[in-house]
Amino acid sequence: MNKIIRYVFADLLKNRTIVIYTLLLFTLSISIFNMESSSEKGLVSLMNIILFVVPLVSIIFSSIYLYNSAEFINLLVSQPLQRQKIWCSLFIGLASAMCISFLLGVGIPTLLFEASLSGLTLIGSGLFLSIIFVSVAMLISVWIRDKSKGIGLAILLWLYFALLFDALVLFFLFQFSDYPIENAMVAISMLNPIDICRIFMLLQVDLSAMMGYTGAIFRDFFGTGTGMAITAIIMALWAIIPVALSIRYFKKKDL
Amino acid sequence: MINIQHISKKFGKFQVLKDINLNLNGGECIALIGPNGSGKTTLIKAILGMVVPSKGQILFNGHDIHNQWAYRNEIGYMPQIGQYPENMTIGQVFDLMKDIRKMPEDKLDYELYHSFGIPELLNKRMGTLSGGTRQKVSACLAFLFSPKALVLDEPTAGLDPLSTEILKEKIKKEIGKNKLIIISSHVLSDLDDMVSQIIYIQEGNLLFHKSLNQLKEDTGADKLSKAIAQIMSASQHKKEI
Repeated sequence: MNKIIRYVFADLLKNRTIVIYTLLLFTLSISIFNMESSSEKGLVSLMNIILFVVPLVSIIFSSIYLYNSAEFINLLVSQPLQRQKIWCSLFIGLASAMCISFLLGVGIPTLLFEASLSGLTLIGSGLFLSIIFVSVAMLISVWIRDKSKGIGLAILLWLYFALLFDALVLFFLFQFSDYPIENAMVAISMLNPIDICRIFMLLQVDLSAMMGYTGAIFRDFFGTGTGMAITAIIMALWAIIPVALSIRYFKKKDL
Repeated sequence: MINIQHISKKFGKFQVLKDINLNLNGGECIALIGPNGSGKTTLIKAILGMVVPSKGQILFNGHDIHNQWAYRNEIGYMPQIGQYPENMTIGQVFDLMKDIRKMPEDKLDYELYHSFGIPELLNKRMGTLSGGTRQKVSACLAFLFSPKALVLDEPTAGLDPLSTEILKEKIKKEIGKNKLIIISSHVLSDLDDMVSQIIYIQEGNLLFHKSLNQLKEDTGADKLSKAIAQIMSASQHKKEI
């Protein structure tokens, strides 16, 4: 199993997209931290960009990479190797490459400018998002045989998580504004890992006051130890469930 | 060695294999013959575990291969169309395969590797190779680990006459070592002097599994190609009626 991870990882490090992605993140972080008057503000601006860029690159790059590795996968499956090991190795290779890119591009500048708890939260959220969206890409590429359809679905899913979901939540909020839906809002936000990260970050940098009464509810939930533990578990589930489903499917797939 | 029991395979609504039963033993060289789309490659892929049958089971040395992987150590597979990562060099592909199989260097069978002149090509990227060179790489990889069973899917398609002869000589040599060799091919003249048994598949049905001599006797033909042509036209005739 290790040698396949090593192979995938080495192949990814040589990949031009990964290098450009790392450089892009690095330039973005450095310039934002230099532009904003306080590094706390810089952190919030950086967060807004990261919540868009990291899921986008993770999901689309991973699905393209997986579709392009179809030959490699076919070659390995005819060899004396366990199928789930092949698939897990691909996942681990991809996820660690995305995480290392993120650590180099965002982790280092953040630690230099704002090595506080909020800075660490930002790094943690970025790493989680990288893994989650690689995991979703694994599921897409195993379910859909056709490359263009698969990449199309990856883009749609990203649009959904990054934009459409918020629009739907707003719609829901306005429709039910006469009812006490604050607690429901906490539950609904769990359906979108990007939102979890956003709320978590905003609470860390004390911007929750801007969110009104819902912000107070969020503070009550996310601020407590139990709330944090539940959030961490849900983020972990977001990372594990798609890849676990994809392994189950890959074991039975005809190649 | 390989025991195929009641194998059926459906791709969606399309039934590719229909209740196939076969018993294949070491020391035999078996030709898998049938028209295009008759299910030959699907059967081969089922033996390798690349396609999971809808029904039935395949035993390798008495053990069900479902969800197993170690048995593939004993099989050398040469695919119809060799698919390799485009950006890997030939040398890297060989290194990866050796790494996976973990066989000591002195036990490897480098005969084809040298007679095909692979050492001079080691730095070429797989994406730049011609179809024939790809076939050569696939053939070398199939024979490299001297497996007990060899599964060759259209081995001579795309090879030049000289390389075809080299490959045929190598296959004949391996038959002597009590190995099971399964060849699927449309080039029947290539098979004539190698195979001992014929399996004929049509539209997913196993039509017959006979020895070559028996087949020649039954059809009264002296060459495999004539015998098969006779069978194909007979079944065509039956369909028209």
